[in-house]
Amino acid sequence: MSLRLAILGMGSVGRGIIQTISQKELGLIITAVADSRSGCIDPDGLDIPDLLERKEKTGICGDTNINAENVVLNAPYDILVEVTPTDARSGEPATSYILNALKLGRHVVTSNKGPVSLHYHALSSLAGNNGVQFRFEATVAGAIPIIQTLMHNLGGNEIISLYGVLNGTCNYILTRMAEEGLTYRQALDEARTLGYAETDPTYDVKGIDAAIKLVILANTVWKKNISLDDVDVTGIDLLTEEALRLAEQQDATIRLIGEIIPEQNIYRLCPRIIPRDHPLVVQGSLNAIIVRTDLAGDLLFVGKGAGSLETASAVIGDILFIRDKYAGGN
Amino acid sequence: MKLELRDSPGQLVAALMPISDMGGNIKTVIHEHDHTAGRGVLSVEVVIEIPPELLESLINRLRERGINVLRIGEERMSYRQSVILIGHLVHTNLGDTVDRIDQTGFAEVTHMSLSMPAIHDRTSAQFVIKSLTREHMQQALHILREVARQKDFLLIEPLEF
Repeated sequence: MSLRLAILGMGSVGRGIIQTISQKELGLIITAVADSRSGCIDPDGLDIPDLLERKEKTGICGDTNINAENVVLNAPYDILVEVTPTDARSGEPATSYILNALKLGRHVVTSNKGPVSLHYHALSSLAGNNGVQFRFEATVAGAIPIIQTLMHNLGGNEIISLYGVLNGTCNYILTRMAEEGLTYRQALDEARTLGYAETDPTYDVKGIDAAIKLVILANTVWKKNISLDDVDVTGIDLLTEEALRLAEQQDATIRLIGEIIPEQNIYRLCPRIIPRDHPLVVQGSLNAIIVRTDLAGDLLFVGKGAGSLETASAVIGDILFIRDKYAGGN
Repeated sequence: MKLELRDSPGQLVAALMPISDMGGNIKTVIHEHDHTAGRGVLSVEVVIEIPPELLESLINRLRERGINVLRIGEERMSYRQSVILIGHLVHTNLGDTVDRIDQTGFAEVTHMSLSMPAIHDRTSAQFVIKSLTREHMQQALHILREVARQKDFLLIEPLEF
């Protein structure tokens, strides 16, 4: 028996998930999809090539009389896959979708940072009370399986500290400033041209995106209860190329580093001087994380922090975890 | 410091014991059979870390054991860190920025390189700070964060991991 998915969001992440599910035999079917303007439902499983073609040709995935809320409340599914864009301040409408699905006793997998950074404890205990899973691997560091690793695989450890490069756009800009001697403006424009940076790059370059990931890590891995305001945030938008040259004189460079030291209440994201041969100095849009633990020692993770298939990898990992744990579905 | 001791068994240990007894950290011992020092005498150079206020009594203890202290080269501030500041450093009283660290007595700015691309552009500066201990360095960085807030500088600290 196939596990039934309802997918909210047909942006690059949503399409990456749908494509992967159609190409691999994972024992999953998609019974409902909604984008921002329409939705479609088929209890026997949607025709995926048809769906993707419809989305590409018309810009919408289905019937404009069906919306995401209808899908959550009325479609037949076992797992809600919530991959709509993040609203960092309100977490909506994603939080409502997730709440409704959990109330109905459905599992939820999300890549959306808003609901997890703002309401993790409430959502997680609701899921627990209803005997379902709430999973969010894709919210931090894209393809790197950091949440599962820290919360479960390293479960017996005390995780003493974490340092990470958590925003690929900023890392790309800093890499180009260091290696090609570009100004901040030039590097940012290049990142935009290549699609690494949004038209409005504020969210990335001011450090908000990476800081939200620190909030998620603090609240989930260490069970803290912090918000974005508790993170000391400095972005890269005021960096000068001269500063990078000064760092180079001492065989170092500058990278935007997130830092969590729970025992000292340190939650910080800021540009740091870092030796050029340090393992966190990764190139281009890569992400990197180092954790220090009491049993396992130091561990380093490097990988792609964003991208359609990279994010899909994390989402599908969560889905398959649920499949294996609850073989057969609801 | 350079010590002169009798070239007989146990003398080196006798010289090093008071250092570790007083909580000093022995970083290296350079053992040289210095022929010019004369028969039966050994000279040894040791590099140690010890709180400055204990230095005098360490020398006394060594002398009590018959060890001659030939030379002491003192580097008071052994902990070194460099930071980068970006902002209108010159127009916000650069002297005061440096003084705020130097006044502490436990840390000082020992080197500065400035890069000033154009008159109205922000200056980028690298400060090398030395301090007595690692904790003092943390305090110095704390002061510098406060200065950066007041004067609207971007402070880039080193990552220590």
